[in-house]
Amino acid sequence: MLELRDISFEVSDEHESKEIIRNINLNIDDGKFVVITGPNGGGKSTLAKLIAGIIKPTSGRIYFKGSDITDMSVTERARRGIAYAFQQPVRFKGITVQDLIRLASGNKISLAGACEYLSEVGLCAKDYIDREVNASLSGGELKRIEIATILARGCELSVFDEPEAGIDLWSFQNLIQVFERMREENNLGSILVISHQERILNIADEIIVVSDGNIIKQGGRENILPELLGTDSAVGVCGMYGGEAGCND
Amino acid sequence: MISEVQRRLLEEIADLHAVPEGAYNIRADGESEARNTTANIDIISKTDVSGIDIRVKPGTKHESVHIPVVLSVSGLKEVVYNDFYIGEDCDIIIVAGCGIDNCGTQDSEHDGIHRFFIGKNSKVRYVEKHYGSGDGDGQRILNPGTEVHLDEGSYMEMEMVQIKGVDSTDRKTFAELAEGAKLIVRERLMTHGNQTAISSYEVELNGDGANADIVSRSVASDSSYQKFDSKITGNAPCSGHTECDAIIMGDARILAIPQLEANNIDAALIHEAAIGKIAGEQIIKLMTLGLTEEEAEEQIINGFLK
Repeated sequence: MLELRDISFEVSDEHESKEIIRNINLNIDDGKFVVITGPNGGGKSTLAKLIAGIIKPTSGRIYFKGSDITDMSVTERARRGIAYAFQQPVRFKGITVQDLIRLASGNKISLAGACEYLSEVGLCAKDYIDREVNASLSGGELKRIEIATILARGCELSVFDEPEAGIDLWSFQNLIQVFERMREENNLGSILVISHQERILNIADEIIVVSDGNIIKQGGRENILPELLGTDSAVGVCGMYGGEAGCND
Repeated sequence: MISEVQRRLLEEIADLHAVPEGAYNIRADGESEARNTTANIDIISKTDVSGIDIRVKPGTKHESVHIPVVLSVSGLKEVVYNDFYIGEDCDIIIVAGCGIDNCGTQDSEHDGIHRFFIGKNSKVRYVEKHYGSGDGDGQRILNPGTEVHLDEGSYMEMEMVQIKGVDSTDRKTFAELAEGAKLIVRERLMTHGNQTAISSYEVELNGDGANADIVSRSVASDSSYQKFDSKITGNAPCSGHTECDAIIMGDARILAIPQLEANNIDAALIHEAAIGKIAGEQIIKLMTLGLTEEEAEEQIINGFLK
């Protein structure tokens, strides 16, 4: 499905250059639910952006369904079947939730169809369908709308960059259910999620740990997850929201 | 007879595909082309200057008046005075608007001076669209003047749109509001090429509980120039809000001058003004949905001006 071959990414200013991704090789197989975790600043989000085409690698090639997509634009990659959910969803003045879902679906969706995607992410469709995707929406609402647009795209590869970031606890519980459902129904093709969240790691087929621009661990959940528990790479719900005495997660 | 060009202009400015229902006056190339009055709405030609008086009887509800103007002759310049006298307790819709098609080399200009006298507790929705077409060198110029007098407890909502083809516009709007009156303005403006658009508002809140909300959204592209000048004066316990939100593109220039004047301790007035280019992440988000950069830009502008 997706192959990253010798991918490196470097940023530089006039004084120095810094390698964010160091010669990474990675395969995502068809129909797999893969979670990338690892410490903050380790290069996880950069990897997601490289796949979506928002940034281009300094060296290496990216293959999707057998074609070299390294030089393709964001638009071309999207059209070939890569969906990308932003860590911080973008706000638009004047563009409604319905407009965004319609654009995501490639203009072939009914009002009822758009409402269904909203229901799937736990939003009451009639309250949201005509709302503008602007600053009046909370972080949690925006995040769920972002995920609804990915569902509407129905791509062969869906990349989610930290879906749990910046949302409230209630939205988080709901979000986990959305991912669990995606996992069960497996109707989205391959799913790649950047996340520290234990409950998301818990439903992964495969876990990849990225640190300091390298893949330091990779394998099936049953092998990798036990080693991660209790570290920053697998945070429980309470850890994520500051924790409370006597709270079991 | 209405020509093909005139018919197209009418569609653009008033969504008119056939003769409208209710009262109307269609002005084409300086002449009154068609007119209809109803039992409650009378339209009378002025005798001293060019224009009409529209008189709406008290208590008139759910009726509409269409007064579109089209110009299809190059070089025609006109100043038209239209006065609206709305009785008490009315609830009506007024659709105005002007379309100019200029294929010639001389400038065409329509200056519509509208005055509204809105009676107590009446409700008016006013829609005005301006549009220009034609590929001649002659300019398409529209300089509307609007004066609104809102009596106690009355309400007016004004939707003013100028999206395409008008080379130069200088619009001046003045409003005064009595006790409990409310004015809502939604202006949408887009300029291209070397167009200039100046829009100024002067709103006086004179009565207890008067309320005004003036919002302009605009897009200036190419080498166009826009100036938005909005002033709200609070002379009583009242509330007012003015907002100018503009997207700037290419080599365009925009000047926003929101002004507030409070002459009463209980006048609550707010202004907001923002000018900026389209955010790069907005374009990228839409590109991740499969749109090209140009399509993304178009969607963002259409949404913004919707």
